[in-house]
This record gives sequence, C-alpha cells and structure tokens, in this order.
Amino acid sequence: MPQIEYKGKVFDVDEDGFIDSFDKWCPEWVEYVKESEGIQELTEEHWKVIHVLQDYYRKHGIAPMVRILTKVTGYKLKYIYELFPSGPGKGACKMAGLPKPTGCV
Amino acid sequence: MALKHKTPMLDELEKGPWPSFVTDIKRVAERKPMAEDLLGLLEMSYEHKEGHWKHGGIVGVFGYGGGVIGRYCDRPDLFPNVAHFHTMRVNQPASKFYTTEVLRKLCDIWEEKGSGLTNMHGSTGDIILLGTTTDQLEPIFYELTHDLGMDLGGSGSNMRTPSCCVGKARCEWSCIDTQDITYDITMRYQDELHRPMFPYKFKFKTSGCPNDCVAAIARADCSIIGTWRDKIRIDQEAVRAYVGGELVPNGGAHGTEKRALDIQKEVIDLCPTKCMEWDGKNLKIWDEDCTRCMHCINVMPRALRPGLDTGATILVGAKAPILEGAQLGSVVIPFIKMEPPYEEFHEFVEKMWDWWMEEGKNRERLGETIQRLGMKAFLEATELQPDPRMVNTPRYNPYIFYDPAEVPGGWSHDPKAYRERHHA
Repeated sequence: MPQIEYKGKVFDVDEDGFIDSFDKWCPEWVEYVKESEGIQELTEEHWKVIHVLQDYYRKHGIAPMVRILTKVTGYKLKYIYELFPSGPGKGACKMAGLPKPTGCV
Repeated sequence: MALKHKTPMLDELEKGPWPSFVTDIKRVAERKPMAEDLLGLLEMSYEHKEGHWKHGGIVGVFGYGGGVIGRYCDRPDLFPNVAHFHTMRVNQPASKFYTTEVLRKLCDIWEEKGSGLTNMHGSTGDIILLGTTTDQLEPIFYELTHDLGMDLGGSGSNMRTPSCCVGKARCEWSCIDTQDITYDITMRYQDELHRPMFPYKFKFKTSGCPNDCVAAIARADCSIIGTWRDKIRIDQEAVRAYVGGELVPNGGAHGTEKRALDIQKEVIDLCPTKCMEWDGKNLKIWDEDCTRCMHCINVMPRALRPGLDTGATILVGAKAPILEGAQLGSVVIPFIKMEPPYEEFHEFVEKMWDWWMEEGKNRERLGETIQRLGMKAFLEATELQPDPRMVNTPRYNPYIFYDPAEVPGGWSHDPKAYRERHHA
C-alpha cells in the first residue's frame, strides 16, 4: 500500500487514493486531497458535505445513498459535483475519509 | 513475434472455425505491451480458475460520476502493464450511425492513449474502450468531447446510454422515430446519465415495432416499443402473389428462392390468436384480436404492413437476474403517441423515477421494487389507470385493482378468514 507524507502525517492509501481507515482521518488529509480533486479553496459548503458524510458513517457504518446526501445537505446533485468535481463518491467520500464506495458497474 | 507469456490454454480458443478474441488480442499484443500482459493475466486466471481483476475501483473524469469503470489487476508485480486497465464507455450515436472518419479518430485516440482494444458494442450499446491508465482519462475525455463531439456513456447507478433499433432510417415497419426519441432522452436527462442518483442502473431502449430488434422487452427498465392501433394494411394482390409463388417469403431471410407460400401452414395456423382467415382469394384479419406478434407481416412484407395510426407501448421492469430472477417488462401504457415534444412521456418518466428513488433499496432495479411493493403501488405513483391490456390473458387471469377507501359505502376484507373458507 503506498504511503503519503503530508505536514508531518503519514497516510496509507489504496490505488484510488482512499485512506485505509476512517480513524486516520484528520483535517490535514482534506488539505492534502483537495488539489488532486480539482478544488481551489475549501468553503463552508465543502465542509458541510464532509461532516454530513462523516456523521452518517459514524451512525450507520456505510456511506449514505446519494439521494440521502442531497436531502440532508439540501444541495442538488449537480451542485455537489460543482463543489467536488469528481463527485460525491470519489471526491467527497475520499476527503471525508470514508472507505471506498463499492459498486457494480 | 514471440509473446512474453506462454498461453497454452488461450491458444485452444483459437482452434475451430470461429473468430477468436484471443487471436484479436494477440494481434494487438505485437505492438502493445498492455495487450501482451492482458493475455498473460487471462491465462493465469484460467490456470487458477479465478479472476485476477480486483472488484471495483473508482475512477472517473471531473464532473461525471459514470462512464469509466475502474479495473486493477491483483498481480501488478507479474503484469505491470495491466496494473491499471480501466474501461471507458462512449455514448454511441442513435442506431449506431457514424462516419468512418469518426471511427478512425476514435481508434487513433485509443491506440495512442489506451490499449488499442475496443469492443463494438457492449450489450448496453455503448462503444467500449478497453484498458487505459488513470492519468490518461482526462486527456481522452477532452479529445472525445472537443475533437470528436462524442460523450461518455452511463455506468453504475446512472441512467445508462439509451439505445434503439435502426428505426425509420432504414426500416419500413418502424412506427415511431426511434432515433429522435433516443436523442431526446439523452439530451433531456444529461444529469441522470452522468451523475449517478438512482438506487441502481436504469435503461431505456426503443424499438420501432413489436419485432423489438433491441430486445427492449427483455433488457430495459423502461421499454418503448412501436405499435399501431388501427388495422394491418393488406395488399390482397401481393398476398395472392406470395401464394402463387411470385414473391420470396420472409423477405428472403430464410432462402432467396421463389416458392409458393403455404399460407395456411406458414401464416394462418401460426397466428397466436387465430385472428386470420384465407379463403383462397382474400386474406381477412380480425384486428381486434391481433396481439401485434408481427409474424404475418414478417412472412409477407410486400403484402402486409403495420397500420397508420402509430405510437408506442410502454413497458417497465425488465432485467437480467440480480437480486431476483430475470423478468420481462410489464405493459403500463398500452398506447401513447410518442411524438415530439414527448411531454406526456417525460411526465410519466419523472413520476416513475421519483417513486423509485423514494422507495427503491440500494441496488434494486425498478422491476424488483415493483415486485416487492406491487404493481398497484407503481400505478398509483405514476397516476396510470389500470387497464385489462396490462394483463397477459385477462379472461383467464383477472386481477382487479381497487382502493377500499374509494368503494362507495366502504369495504373491508379479511384475506386470512377468506382463505380458511376457500382453500387456495
């Protein structure tokens, strides 16, 4: 598993760049990921999405379905893609430190 | 040229008279290390009787949540050139009409930035570009959209790339403009196509007539199948010409020799509803009993044609086995005109999606949600009136929808007590 060092912290990440454990999440991680996710400046709205994802994950042990995320945040899906260009699964979940969403394609 | 990996088991697949994907990949492997390692990896999978692709992988392009399927192999140490082997889905043009120029450019892009291997077409209909690395995704996407005017297709819990038969472009039976319908769905539902929001995949397929050349009835969550509500057009002269052996039956599909058609045996007796009669001179069809099976029209295309008052039948819920077994679509709208701007259809689609997104469980196809909650709930949500034409054989298998609250004077029923009195 590749390791990343950033501002004195060390993160183990998988091939898609997700950290290996939610417990390792810290604000520095968000700082580190934002650039590769195409985000210039983090706003309160970014943080709102991240916190909603984390709260849901702590409560349920999985990431919420997209529909729940849009309902709870009140943001339309298209707007979430504006905030996180690679989308709620790949972008926002990665920044929030959640495990990689699995899914059949 | 000797390839890097020995592939004795794959070589077996090249034997026999059929075309072989192994031969295809070997041809590319001569110039592409990626294809060479792909062969090695596949041989190892055959040896171990186990796939060596990791499940999932989440890659994509900015702004889209679908169109790229992430693939990583679990032995990058042995096969470094397929450590990444992502698939890109490209939205095919309606009815798959394109110029050779576009196809050449597409192949040039893939030769340079991908494995060079393509799959024309995947079962959804998309152009499948097999095998590239994460760093190439954005450059490929840029060239596709800017230089070729093509877009990525759907994957994951997206609306999938809509597909349709050749339609009015080349087929005289097409009752609807399948290409226009596909284009309309594609453009109107861009968000749904690119940004996954559904419980699971959702497919639209459009066939121009009940021959259903894209197999919409078996594969699409929402099938749009052309039909007519007036009478089959009959040219009695041409019917007699078929019987007299002046024309080739089946449009030459089962042999191009001219021969006398045994109309009783080959047409009348095979009509599923027995709604035809031949008196030796004229063909009579009782259209009210016709179920649009198309058999007679297929056998005698010069003599019989679909009617002129055309439109479509809408079916929902078809799917391959996933949580539940395979299902064919169920008719929910027996007839709709399906003419631009398709407002009535859009309204139906949006009500259907709202219900499914609200009620559907994760990874549950529309057909499975309907199975779980009942067709009654679906019809209520989409505000469609139940109709005997939605039932397979109404006289044998009637089912009546009612809402106890709407029965004048009220009505209550205890199914348990009833079953005690009337054993099933």
